[in-house]
Amino acid sequence: MGGAPVSGSAAVSVRGLSFMYPAARKSPALLALSGVSFDAEKGTSLGLLGPNGSGKSTLFKILATAAYPASGSVFILGRDAVRERNAVRRSLGVVFQHPSLDLKLTVSENIRFQGRLYGLSGSALSKAVAVAVERFGLASCAGSAAETLSGGMRRRVELAKALLHGPEILILDEPTTGLDPVARREFWRHLQGLRSERSLTILTTTHLMDEAEALDRLAILDRGQMIALGAPAELKAAVSGDVLSIESSEPPKLQALMLDRLGIKSRLIDGILRVEQPGAHKLFPQIVESFPELAQAVHFSKPSLEDVFIAKTGRRFEIKKGAGAAA
Amino acid sequence: MILAAATLFEREILRFYRDRGRVIGAFLPPVLFWLLLGSGLGSSFRLPGTAGSVGFLQFFFAGTLLLIVLFTSVFATISIIEDRKEGFLQAVLVSPASRLAVVLGKVAGASAVGFLQGLAFLLFVRQAGFSPSLSGWLVAALALFLSSLGLTALGFSIAWKSSSTQAFHAVMNLFLLPLWMLSGAVFPLQTAPSWLRFVMRINPVSYGIAAIQESLAPAQGIAGLPHLGASLAILALMSAALAAFAAFIASRE
Repeated sequence: MGGAPVSGSAAVSVRGLSFMYPAARKSPALLALSGVSFDAEKGTSLGLLGPNGSGKSTLFKILATAAYPASGSVFILGRDAVRERNAVRRSLGVVFQHPSLDLKLTVSENIRFQGRLYGLSGSALSKAVAVAVERFGLASCAGSAAETLSGGMRRRVELAKALLHGPEILILDEPTTGLDPVARREFWRHLQGLRSERSLTILTTTHLMDEAEALDRLAILDRGQMIALGAPAELKAAVSGDVLSIESSEPPKLQALMLDRLGIKSRLIDGILRVEQPGAHKLFPQIVESFPELAQAVHFSKPSLEDVFIAKTGRRFEIKKGAGAAA
Repeated sequence: MILAAATLFEREILRFYRDRGRVIGAFLPPVLFWLLLGSGLGSSFRLPGTAGSVGFLQFFFAGTLLLIVLFTSVFATISIIEDRKEGFLQAVLVSPASRLAVVLGKVAGASAVGFLQGLAFLLFVRQAGFSPSLSGWLVAALALFLSSLGLTALGFSIAWKSSSTQAFHAVMNLFLLPLWMLSGAVFPLQTAPSWLRFVMRINPVSYGIAAIQESLAPAQGIAGLPHLGASLAILALMSAALAAFAAFIASRE
């Protein structure tokens, strides 16, 4: 699984990466990642998209140097993430899914302590903290305990912390978990602003399609394997066919009738009937005319990232809650 | 490395004194046990080899001191478990700070807190019936410091290996509290059956208790205890070994 040596321009280069969780008392060994390879070019954003249990969080841990790969390699700016761990860590900014703020400390203490862990002290530290407070609009809450902040503000402090030492690469794990849509948009606006300001490479895990759409490239993961890699538009273009979504008062009945009378196969997902096939738009008038009562709304769309996932796996991209969701 | 260790040290101190519940929670229960047990058992307790001049309030003083330290260090180290999974430590562990610095900062910070809490109680020596010289009092403080370091390092090692705070609580009840009970903190060595006496002799906490008792009341000469110098030496050795063990466990991953 060695693969080619690292290319000069890749900020992050992953080759043949595998990871296994050892068997524990109640669960057998779990192969969380298997033969994953990709590059992320400097200054670009790459999304690691996958449902729970896809291995994306494990991949995040390895990229963030919080776990060692079982086999394969990770190179960050040409450096081996295992053997040259310390140098690699200096070039990484990491934002965790669970907050890494100390809620009992103030915002400025949190940021200051982070800087010291990266070797900043004295006037260099004071300056970096001042810049971060200014850049992320934290002046009004700098002296408040982190626990008094809103979720959106806390995320902003996380970002300020991660970027304090001027890393070239930012690695995030589901960074907008628990944020409302407004706060989520604001978080990404901040991030995009930073990207254009300095050449920052961004790698982020996500299970949110709208977040994934806005990234330069995506690596789609499922059950530990990378099933697709490319720009969102490329990935969607590779799926043949269009999608009709039909809302109905009695979806199962409509589903049966459409099959009987028109020979249209559909799938019922979350109370909505989906017809996915090339030229699906031609079925639009047929359905509306044949079932004026049952078909309450018919929506036509080009393939989405979810359709990419369905096409590759034959399953819906679902967010399992609780049971069976490892990593 | 020193910068990173100092950062974690400072965090530990700040966190502790900002959390009034923890300050009181680690201090008041042992003092309450001391007052209740000391008053209740006061006259019925007789320390062998003394003419009944040492009441339980006085005997139990050193035990209470170490219970304060134990509670404080447990509270401080138990936080590692959650902190590592979804807290501040996540970020620390992917920073360039070495593991040794992380262990040093955390253990030093948490044991300093335990030491300071104990020191506050050590101010009440006279109320407990002791009348130590200044040097005796200072030696007792030294023994307290070494005990705090050892117990915190032990707590750190257990917390680092624990998967959940519940698991830590189980260890606390099955291992740490018995360790304290079998140290001469609650009952003296001489009256214990021989198998217990053996356990008490190999228990590092016994040497903390012995060193504190002897330094506070050198004249009382509680029989069966090792020499003060020997106690301090064993205590220092044990605490250093436990601190090294904590560093070893954390850097091994």
